[in-house]
Amino acid sequence: MKIHRMLKKSLAITGIAFCAALPAAAADTIKVGVLHSLSGTMAISETTLKDTVLMMVEEQNKKGGLLGKKLEAVVVDPASNWPLFAEKARQLLAKDKVDVVFGCWTSVSRKSVLPVFEELNGLLFYPVQYEGEESSKNVFYTGAAPNQQAIPAVDYLMNEIGVKRWVLAGTDYVYPRTTNKILEAYLKSKGVAQADILINYTPFGHSDWQSIVSEIKKFGSTGKKTAVVSTINGDANVPFYKELGNQGVSAEDIPVVAFSVGEEELSGIDTKPLVGHLAAWNYFQSVSAPVNDAFIKSWKAYIKNPKRVTNDPMEATYIGFNMWVKAVQAAKSTDPTAVQKAIIGVEAPNLSGGTSKMLPNHHITKPVLIGEIQEDGQFATVWETEGLVPGDAWSDFLPESKIIEADWTAKLNCGNYNTVTKKCSGQNF
Amino acid sequence: MPLSKRMELGRTDRLVVLGLLALMLGVPVLNLALPETALLHVDTFTVTLLGKYFCYAMLAIAVDLVWGYCGILSLGHGAFFALGGYAMGMYLMRQIGDRGVYGNPLLPDFMVFLNWDALPWYWWGFSSFPFAMAMVVVVPALLALVFGFFAFRARVNGVYLSIITQALTYALLLAFFRNEMGFGGNNGLTDFKELLGFDLQSDATRMALFVTTVACLIGAYVGCRAIVRSRFGRVVVAIRDAEDRARFLGYRVEHYKLFIFVVSAIIASVSGALYVPQVGIINPGEFAPLGSIEVVIWVAIGGRGTLFGAIVGAVLVSFAKSWFTGLFPEAWLFVLGSLFVLGTLFLPRGVVGILERPSS
Amino acid sequence: MESDDAMGVGSPIVRSRRRRVYALVLAIFFAAIPSWSVRAEDAGLEAALAGLASRDFREKGAAVAAIAESEDPSVSRILEALLDARLFVRAADARIVGAEGEGDDVAYFDAATGLAIDAADAAGLKKIIVNNRMRTDLRTTLARLRLASPDAEVREIAAKSMMADRSPRTLELLREAFSKERDAGVRETLRVALALSELESDDPELQLGAVGELAGSLHGEVRNALAALIERSQGDPAEQGEAVRAVRAAAEAAIASIDRKRSGLALVETLFFGLSLGFVLVLAAIGLAITFGVMGVINMAHGELMMLGAYTTWGVQQLMPDAIDASIFVAIPCAFLVSGAVGVVIERGVVQFLYGRPLETLLATFGISLILQQAVRTLFSPLNRAVETPGWMSGQWVVNDALSLTYNRLFIVAFSIAVFAALVGLLHATGLGLQIRAVAQNRDMARAMGVRGSRIDAVTFGLGSGVAGLAGVALSQLTNVGPNLGQAHIVDSFMVVVFGGVGNLWGTLVAGLGLGIANKFLEPFAGAVLAKIVVLVFIILFIQRRPRGLFPQKGRSAGVT
Repeated sequence: MKIHRMLKKSLAITGIAFCAALPAAAADTIKVGVLHSLSGTMAISETTLKDTVLMMVEEQNKKGGLLGKKLEAVVVDPASNWPLFAEKARQLLAKDKVDVVFGCWTSVSRKSVLPVFEELNGLLFYPVQYEGEESSKNVFYTGAAPNQQAIPAVDYLMNEIGVKRWVLAGTDYVYPRTTNKILEAYLKSKGVAQADILINYTPFGHSDWQSIVSEIKKFGSTGKKTAVVSTINGDANVPFYKELGNQGVSAEDIPVVAFSVGEEELSGIDTKPLVGHLAAWNYFQSVSAPVNDAFIKSWKAYIKNPKRVTNDPMEATYIGFNMWVKAVQAAKSTDPTAVQKAIIGVEAPNLSGGTSKMLPNHHITKPVLIGEIQEDGQFATVWETEGLVPGDAWSDFLPESKIIEADWTAKLNCGNYNTVTKKCSGQNF
Repeated sequence: MPLSKRMELGRTDRLVVLGLLALMLGVPVLNLALPETALLHVDTFTVTLLGKYFCYAMLAIAVDLVWGYCGILSLGHGAFFALGGYAMGMYLMRQIGDRGVYGNPLLPDFMVFLNWDALPWYWWGFSSFPFAMAMVVVVPALLALVFGFFAFRARVNGVYLSIITQALTYALLLAFFRNEMGFGGNNGLTDFKELLGFDLQSDATRMALFVTTVACLIGAYVGCRAIVRSRFGRVVVAIRDAEDRARFLGYRVEHYKLFIFVVSAIIASVSGALYVPQVGIINPGEFAPLGSIEVVIWVAIGGRGTLFGAIVGAVLVSFAKSWFTGLFPEAWLFVLGSLFVLGTLFLPRGVVGILERPSS
Repeated sequence: MESDDAMGVGSPIVRSRRRRVYALVLAIFFAAIPSWSVRAEDAGLEAALAGLASRDFREKGAAVAAIAESEDPSVSRILEALLDARLFVRAADARIVGAEGEGDDVAYFDAATGLAIDAADAAGLKKIIVNNRMRTDLRTTLARLRLASPDAEVREIAAKSMMADRSPRTLELLREAFSKERDAGVRETLRVALALSELESDDPELQLGAVGELAGSLHGEVRNALAALIERSQGDPAEQGEAVRAVRAAAEAAIASIDRKRSGLALVETLFFGLSLGFVLVLAAIGLAITFGVMGVINMAHGELMMLGAYTTWGVQQLMPDAIDASIFVAIPCAFLVSGAVGVVIERGVVQFLYGRPLETLLATFGISLILQQAVRTLFSPLNRAVETPGWMSGQWVVNDALSLTYNRLFIVAFSIAVFAALVGLLHATGLGLQIRAVAQNRDMARAMGVRGSRIDAVTFGLGSGVAGLAGVALSQLTNVGPNLGQAHIVDSFMVVVFGGVGNLWGTLVAGLGLGIANKFLEPFAGAVLAKIVVLVFIILFIQRRPRGLFPQKGRSAGVT
């Protein structure tokens, strides 16, 4: 009866809404999907990357587009919700039919979308430093692998600063766990005793660091030079550094080298007490190179804020975008399979003045820079690798991992090739 | 309890069941039989999305059963949902076998690279589907039983109960985040390959999962209907409206509450188990206290105390979320937030309230 | 850099060699400088300064050493400028220029000549960047120069930084300084530093005396030195002389006594950590205790009201960038007013229509919290805002060498107590408080007695919200100021209120402190995550035992659902 009719009506409305949700199919554009959280806990980091991709798209269009077509960005918000990442990835690939996706920040979001990209044969450019132990046919890792960030940083502390005691402090998730595992193995291979390594894990967003900083202080008071290698994630960093400053732990006593603190994070911290603490990245805004100056200028103009900073994941997005453009031009097509073939060996300028290259394992070559925090929230480079370091998907310091190889050329065509059993495992196609 | 007596369904119920049945049978046909170019073709993306919404709808029914009918405001039902999801996820993990990236036949990948050398005891048995399904029911039921037994016996109610259910799911959230727990930490369980030997990426498997989900939803709906319509159900409603009076009339209030709570936990858990193979990941985020609050909001928006309303609310809000996050990625929280505020202010009986008003 | 570095800078040989060089420098510095040498030294300084323009940190480090060796009277002025990043290279002629003063009053000087430079000539300056190692060297060098400072505090710091250095030359210097020193505090530090140096000698008698001197000191170096001494004297006791054995026994006894004292102090420290965490919890929960406990409104937007308070603190600092120290006192009333006003708007706009339906306030305020979050994200970007810590709140109060309490935590404890006392006072000693309590206990009866219920509701909700704003001011000093601030604290706040007993401010106080202390005492054993889980499970079990919290409300108003 009444309910009957109402129900019908509401079903009809829902149906119409569904149809409306379908985007109008645009004919002659190349679609670039942007899969970064714009709300929720990760919005703080990922929003910037969305803007970076939009800026790159705009610039490419100014240059006349790609293959004679304009680029069109399709932005969605996965809202820092991991299952929603998978849903949105499917939407981008299956519904919006995008040709490439730039996106993800956390490892879990990448893991969540990975099966979708492999199933629908999409292309994902992932611009954040991560724990390695992965190489997918459909993903291109333009951020640092552990050997492009963690190991050089430890080398620097050991050889240049003379650090003898190590605190490995991290947030309890897979990136710090794996990185610390690799570092622990590496330190022991350099003759550091177990008693000189302190490992500490804290939950996400940990805000009360009193006890831990006090413990670090005690650990560092034995007369041997001590350093903290921090894989503490995003939000927990501010209270951590504030507590360090307040408890009077200066960079000269116990330097902290961080892998997740960049210019953008520093812009939200009062940096005065942090001067001298370190970070290891593949790019700093302060790097002097003409290509970097140009990038910073166009970024500030695009975002209409002269105070905005640039950071490493932005550079990784920049490199990834340009590599994709070059690969599409070489393949004369945006077809994912053609691009996957064409992109290996493609070279694109990085922002520190060199040229990065896409390797067969879908990682890229990058320089490693160690910088010290300055009062103005920038880093001053205090050390850098001689040449570019090739990204290693499978760490050589973990026993199960060192026997695995990734090579997406015709030679192996496999991301997880076991050199002992001579088998290619874990593929989803 | 003479549950069967009230098994016959009312007009609305029949409509709901028929509608769901039509979806259950129609959608797979439209997806598999029609070519992709056909106007009425329903693509796989939409089917998975619908499947996800119906899992949420089942969870909403579970919450509505305890809150709408029994007056227990649980702000921790996400815990049962996630536990069911983890049980299913563990089965799916074991199904991967030696096809993980390290090719280890026994250990899931995340254990291999964290140097675990043996499978923890609580993973034993999960390679068997029946065992895993039994766990989907047993684990949340036990948790609900123990938790409910103490809480209801001690006559914890109102906000105190709501907050300790929240504490429960929060504690589980933190626990599952820990990598030492052996549930994959923050990354959770992912990269599933097969369910009962069927490839999870094939359309046919997806349709089967969709059909199962709708079938379970219908089952949950009919089952809950039967419970709330029975004599037992009337006592439950009486407890909601006047707990002390029901107690003074000689009913063992805590037994009734406990039964409803456990049934609700099982429904939530089953919906979680169905959810995981469709979205492809289960991680501790599902335990988040705010997620459980959102479920309560679905029920409130749809119409508390009507099982139909729970389904409507869950589907409507989830659909709005999916739609808005694509349509206005920067502003959808304003829309969703306003929806909640206006919904509570102007639709005290939920969306179903508007539908029913003309007849009442 | 010298070839020494191949061995690693930290190796003790290198360290002591470099220290000896410094000691030498110092010795020469103390000696009267013959006037005829000044010209020659100037040339040395000029050459040394040129090294600072290098990009290579090793060359810069060598330049610093050379500058120190040049014995020019302006050495400390230059090195201080370098340490504070006030030293520049002028692009035009590569001269080194220093800056002094702040803001518009910057005065420039030529480092080599010490003469002032016009601001006009100070164009094209490039800052000389120092790294960690240089900073350490600079501080040590400056400390030595400052041992003769007229300021006792500076001498104290200088003496402390010399403790780690135990070369015989330092021993002489310390003896000399000790004989001249008049200030009791500095004398004590020098005495410990002296004794530490004496420990290094080969004379058991001297060592024994030094151990005796050191027995009471809690300084970190003391324990390390004693442990090293015991390490060195390991061996067959039969072969060792009586004296050596006595020294070792004394050192062992001293270490035991130090450890005993330290573990006692560690307990005090943990207690303080727990209390300060507890007061943060109390501060975050107390506003909720009012809206939730007194009014029966479950305000899910409480966290976002704290967030607004924190953003207000940031906003105030943006408006008065030259007076960060005072900004916090301006921010406190501002945050109270901003959050309070938003609270009143929420109450008038939404909550007032939902009284008697407490669970629905939960849903509506949850919607409001989403809106507020996104509003902040849209207005201020999703990035965190940098709230500066006022000078007087940074650093720590050093009780003794093994125990220091940070000023910001002390401030928050005091602030929290003040807010709590003010609230209790307001509720129990004013007419308004009486009305609030009356409405909370029996709305109809209160109205019958002439209390304007809806006005009181708005005021109470505004009060609770304003207190949330105050909590935001405190949190801005501890953690991120960003759109997620509220979410991070809301669950904990609810736990505290419920654990303490709804509607009871004292309950909230006891619950917050109890949970904070429990957390901190569990953390060392269980780790931060497990500690939190244990506390949550404890709350669940506790509520089973006492379904209405620690301090249950009695009477009619207890029926809050």
